[in-house]
Amino acid sequence: MTTPPPEKPDEQPRIGVDEWVASAEERRARTLVGRIEDAYERTPAAVKLLALALPFAIFPLFVDSDYLMQVAVDTLVFVLLALGLNVAVGWVGLLDLGFVAFFGLGAYLYAAVASPYAGRDWEAEFAIPAIAITVAVAGFLLGSTSRRLVGDYLAIVTLFFLQLWLVVMVNASFTRGPNGISDLYPLEFFGREVVSLEGYYYVTFAAFVLVVAFLYLLNRSRTGRAWRALREDELAAELMTMPVNRLKLMAFAVGAGIAGVAGALYAPAQGAVFPLNFDIVLLITIYAMVVLGGAGSIFGVTVGAVLINASLEALSEPDDASTLFYVAGVLAILALLRRPSWAAPAVLGGTAVFGFVVHEAAERWRPSLVEGTTFGQARIDELVDSWVLLPEGIVTQDGLPDGATGKLAYLGLVAAILALTLVRNPLWRAAGLVPVLYLAACVWENLLVAQPAVARFVLIGAMLVGLMAFRPQGLFGRQRVEVV
Amino acid sequence: MDWDKLVQLLVNGVTLGSVYALVALGFSMVYGILKLLNLAHGDVLMVGAFIGWGVLGWLGGAQDPSVAVWLLIVLMVLAAMAGCGFLGVAIERFAYRPLRRAPRIAPLISALGVSFFVQNSVLLLFGANFRSYESFDLVDVEVGINWGPLNVWILRVVVFVSAAAMMLALWLLVTRTKLGKAMRATSIDREAAAMMGIDVDRVIVKTFFIGSALAGAAGVLVGLVFGSINHFMGFNYGLKGFTAAVVGGIGSIPGAMFGGLFIGLAEALSVGYIEDATFGRLGSAFSDLVVFLILVAFMLLRPQGIFGKPEVKKV
Repeated sequence: MTTPPPEKPDEQPRIGVDEWVASAEERRARTLVGRIEDAYERTPAAVKLLALALPFAIFPLFVDSDYLMQVAVDTLVFVLLALGLNVAVGWVGLLDLGFVAFFGLGAYLYAAVASPYAGRDWEAEFAIPAIAITVAVAGFLLGSTSRRLVGDYLAIVTLFFLQLWLVVMVNASFTRGPNGISDLYPLEFFGREVVSLEGYYYVTFAAFVLVVAFLYLLNRSRTGRAWRALREDELAAELMTMPVNRLKLMAFAVGAGIAGVAGALYAPAQGAVFPLNFDIVLLITIYAMVVLGGAGSIFGVTVGAVLINASLEALSEPDDASTLFYVAGVLAILALLRRPSWAAPAVLGGTAVFGFVVHEAAERWRPSLVEGTTFGQARIDELVDSWVLLPEGIVTQDGLPDGATGKLAYLGLVAAILALTLVRNPLWRAAGLVPVLYLAACVWENLLVAQPAVARFVLIGAMLVGLMAFRPQGLFGRQRVEVV
Repeated sequence: MDWDKLVQLLVNGVTLGSVYALVALGFSMVYGILKLLNLAHGDVLMVGAFIGWGVLGWLGGAQDPSVAVWLLIVLMVLAAMAGCGFLGVAIERFAYRPLRRAPRIAPLISALGVSFFVQNSVLLLFGANFRSYESFDLVDVEVGINWGPLNVWILRVVVFVSAAAMMLALWLLVTRTKLGKAMRATSIDREAAAMMGIDVDRVIVKTFFIGSALAGAAGVLVGLVFGSINHFMGFNYGLKGFTAAVVGGIGSIPGAMFGGLFIGLAEALSVGYIEDATFGRLGSAFSDLVVFLILVAFMLLRPQGIFGKPEVKKV
């Protein structure tokens, strides 16, 4: 089986690259993806940073709706959060489950130094660095409680810390409990207040650029290399005299500090802080951002955060949600079924035909199954209406589904998808995918679309599990090979 | 000294502690074998509570049960154990097994995803309202042990006794049976166990089944004693169960039992006394603070827990 690699006596073997790796790299360099990746590797860092920042920089020029600007500010805050979490999760491989508490701590600290309630009004150029350092120290202290066995124990301690954070913020009198602290003073740089939404956007954008540059340099530094070594093999790293625990605590503290900055920007942009803005739902959403884009890659994490936040926004509106659901579904099939090349079109076409046949059959023999109308009003829904099974009255117009049919179909869908992952034969798998996709569309129309707020979190949970099983490196991460 | 209050708090603590111990056991067993924090364990408990609630409603509800009350409770517990056992096996099969050889963080993120998925699926199917077992209608609150200051509702006795019975059964299973021996061998060294002819995958599946069944039973017991359940309840019980497992010594069965009772008592007593102890500055909601401080104290002073042995890293 082993074909000897082409002889190249004139080339010196590179360190850490044996024949197998060299031949694999050579094959990769011939593909389109490989070429793009190589070009990406060769691009200087400043150009990459510019390319990453440019879309954000010009975004406000094309947008004049306040809603979209608000979403954009939130998105940038989420990008900052994802970048911060990526330090601990992506670079060092620590499970930090209290991350959101540091975000909340940053926001509350801002409320403590710049609100009428606290009776202080610090200037932002002083407040934000102070908050970042304070939160980083808090992260360091929390991490050092489990310094002897940082790892799984850290996950429990940090998760408990998040719970404690919520309990304290909701019940303590000095934070005014669930009412939160409102009327925060706006950010004020050198005597000039930031008042408009655009202003907040650009301030957050500036923070984003600084954080990305900082993280890039950090990642290239001695510390960054040590972190990655630590992630790959802790024991080996320790034997190479790396101070393992100190490195982990540093990563933890850096992540916390970035979360603190994000909080200090988020609080004045909202004008108020509430304890329940910083809960476990947010935590898992940020994890989804980091993992989707590819833990460990600054570019990937940024894209992941933008994608997830935009999808969550779109999914909160039934019309957009339906469109997004079908488009994302088709894209996912195209991405997952790349080999053999006929599989994806066959499955998609088969699903469409299957749906029309089932719909026609139902219309003829059991008309009650197709009496309903779609919940959404978008253009795609008219088409879908004559394709999926929609019994009357499953979705009422005021939004809540009733009856057990949709719920049973949902459980059936989960079981069917799980069963499908057990099918090994690609032909059978593709064939089984057709009715499953159709069932998914029916469940979507009958149950999920009426409760978009819940459905989107169901999808995020499913996405996390699916990504870990099928593409743990995310969209833009490099695949890591575990050497056993 | 208000002895009645103290006795009531102790009873509360033991009830709560029994539940935590059951959660901690399942969690600890899985950790012992796979070295994996099963972060979805609390949500398995929540599903168990919902299965129990469903069986209760199916058999006529608390006001008008169609079978004898003791049989009803047994059926609820058994249904929840079976349902959760299979849920646990499914979680292992689909979320954890594909990641056996992945980097350590991958199954943990997958576990977060499972937890989020299960929680929101229940929210989708049952809504966000609290559901009640209405157990005061099921068993009158006067029924139970009444010895002077010691007034214990019979359902609390049921919780304690059944939790103790399940732990005893588990203890016997692990120490006296072939499966138990296989589990212990797998947890010491999975590869060596496989070379000795132990079907490791099957041991892992059985471990997940047993651990999740215990969590399901705990869910029904929670519903019976504390009344209301909702989709988010698993978080708190999971968290306290993890804490109990760590405090008791992760991987150790007596440790999980003892840790559960310890955390349960600490929580109940701090709910009762934290207000007096801090001169009214902190309300009873701050009992979590006490439990957190206990956790941190253990992390700093005795990270291997009460019954655990210090971990030795082998290469």
